[in-house]
Amino acid sequence: MTQHVLDALPAGTSATPAPARRAGNPLAKLLLTPSVAVLFLWMIVPLAMTLYFSFIRYNLLNPDQTGFVGLDNYKYLLEDPTFWPSIGHTLVLIGSVLAISVIGGTLVAVLFDQPFAGRGIARLLVIAPFFVMPTVSALIWKNMVLHPVYGLWAGIFRHLGLQPIDWLADYPMWSVIVMVAWQWLPFAFLILLTSLQSLDTEQKEAAQLDGAGPVRIFVYITLPHLSRAIAVVIMIETIFLLSIFAEIFTSTAGGPGTETTTLTWLIYSIGLQQFDIGIASAGGVIAVVLANIVSIFLVRMLAKNLKGEYDK
Amino acid sequence: MNDPMKAPIWVGVLGWAVALVIFMPIFIIAITAFKTEQDAYTLSLFFTPTLQSFHEVFERSHYLAFVTNSVIVSFGSTFLSLAIAIPAAYSLAFFPGPRAQKTLLWMLSTKMMPAVGVLIPIYLLAKSAGLLDSVTGLLIIYTLINLPIAVWMAFTYFNEVPKEILEAARIDGASAWQEMLHLLLPTSLPGLASTALLLVILSWNEAFWSLNLSSSNAAPLTVFIASYSNPEGLFWAKLSAASLLAVAPILCLGWIAQKQLVRGMTFGAVK
Repeated sequence: MTQHVLDALPAGTSATPAPARRAGNPLAKLLLTPSVAVLFLWMIVPLAMTLYFSFIRYNLLNPDQTGFVGLDNYKYLLEDPTFWPSIGHTLVLIGSVLAISVIGGTLVAVLFDQPFAGRGIARLLVIAPFFVMPTVSALIWKNMVLHPVYGLWAGIFRHLGLQPIDWLADYPMWSVIVMVAWQWLPFAFLILLTSLQSLDTEQKEAAQLDGAGPVRIFVYITLPHLSRAIAVVIMIETIFLLSIFAEIFTSTAGGPGTETTTLTWLIYSIGLQQFDIGIASAGGVIAVVLANIVSIFLVRMLAKNLKGEYDK
Repeated sequence: MNDPMKAPIWVGVLGWAVALVIFMPIFIIAITAFKTEQDAYTLSLFFTPTLQSFHEVFERSHYLAFVTNSVIVSFGSTFLSLAIAIPAAYSLAFFPGPRAQKTLLWMLSTKMMPAVGVLIPIYLLAKSAGLLDSVTGLLIIYTLINLPIAVWMAFTYFNEVPKEILEAARIDGASAWQEMLHLLLPTSLPGLASTALLLVILSWNEAFWSLNLSSSNAAPLTVFIASYSNPEGLFWAKLSAASLLAVAPILCLGWIAQKQLVRGMTFGAVK
């Protein structure tokens, strides 16, 4: 094998001595620098600005009023009657989407682990929603599925002789949850199915021979095997879901009232609709803190994984 | 005894039922795109297909301009990310310094910063630099948000190149360039190609920054489609035609890239 590869090299290369290559040589550092430098700037500069703005009075509509205000922006934000509900909405949205996508994704993945006819094509249909751009998916759901007159559900309800429901007006948060979960269940499904397919079948067969039923096999063999992948899905989805924006922008715009106003939407509306940079930045700092709590766990887990990669 | 390779028939029926229910919304826009505006409001499957909506999408809006923006921004940012990421991944995989692990994890942690946490300063910086509603602005942002994924994916692919082969080549005196050109590139090219594919998909569908930083000039398809959300823009057939054109190519790429997506989105934790 090695000889074969060496043959592929141009003749005459063996005469030149190998350059000294040790860890941390200057060339290696040079190659790494651009990535590190731009990411460092990308992370530090805006974060520092957010932090700075959060302590000053800064409104684009009143540029004359400036100056250090200490924690006033935070105080104002925390006393804003929409702030705590927005945290609540964020948690409900993230929690519900996680529950639907992880439980649903696990069940569908187990189903698709069985060899049925046309499985490959059916699988393509299941993962499709993840590749639909968020603004398109929000409009499909708003106009064609949940619309109180022309939507798919309204049609089904009328067919059954029931009064159609105006989902986005009467159950706005659930509507948003369903459209976001529709995009993220396929993601969970895809990750969990990949993980399932790496499960050793011998273990399952041995359990089957010992007389274990499908439920016991699922609880004692499949689920423990999936636990790592489930943890990864939960953490990655949490990070993306914390910044859910396009779906709300396109479907409910935070309403009706403030019923679908999440932390992200609140920061957007304070900062880019009311142009109060100071208060919006205080909200941004809170969002970063929340995200960091999640990411500490994820980074820890990946760190263990990475150790394995280098030890290989 | 049943064939162990075949699942019972009800499993197949259930699997297909689940697949069709999940796919239903996409199916609805796919058929509505070929209806007239009048037919679009009925859910009937029986209609005469027409390309009228597609014609109108092209005639009444600068649809091609939005497509162009999407293409420039997603392919351009993918190219830039890879150009910066590949050397870094090469360095981290083959010349890991004492801080290599920490560097990788730190890069990853930048990806975990919620976009909304830096929305305000990025908006103000873009505004003062004249990069608001500019393709260049979006290109820069997309390059930066995809860079950590690019480094990680390229790193995991480089890491799979058997070290023995490289060592053998080095002992044999291959220079760094020869090593890259004749050993590394051929073995990791499929991996790098799928990295590129994933980056294109992610930036094509990115909607947080595009909605906040672009309006008319630089708007990619995500922003153009969002403009259909106002009440006076309720033209379902046209909305469906425009959406179908925006979604279909990337859906095909996604289907091709599903395995790589798992790896890229989980930073190699699930393969």
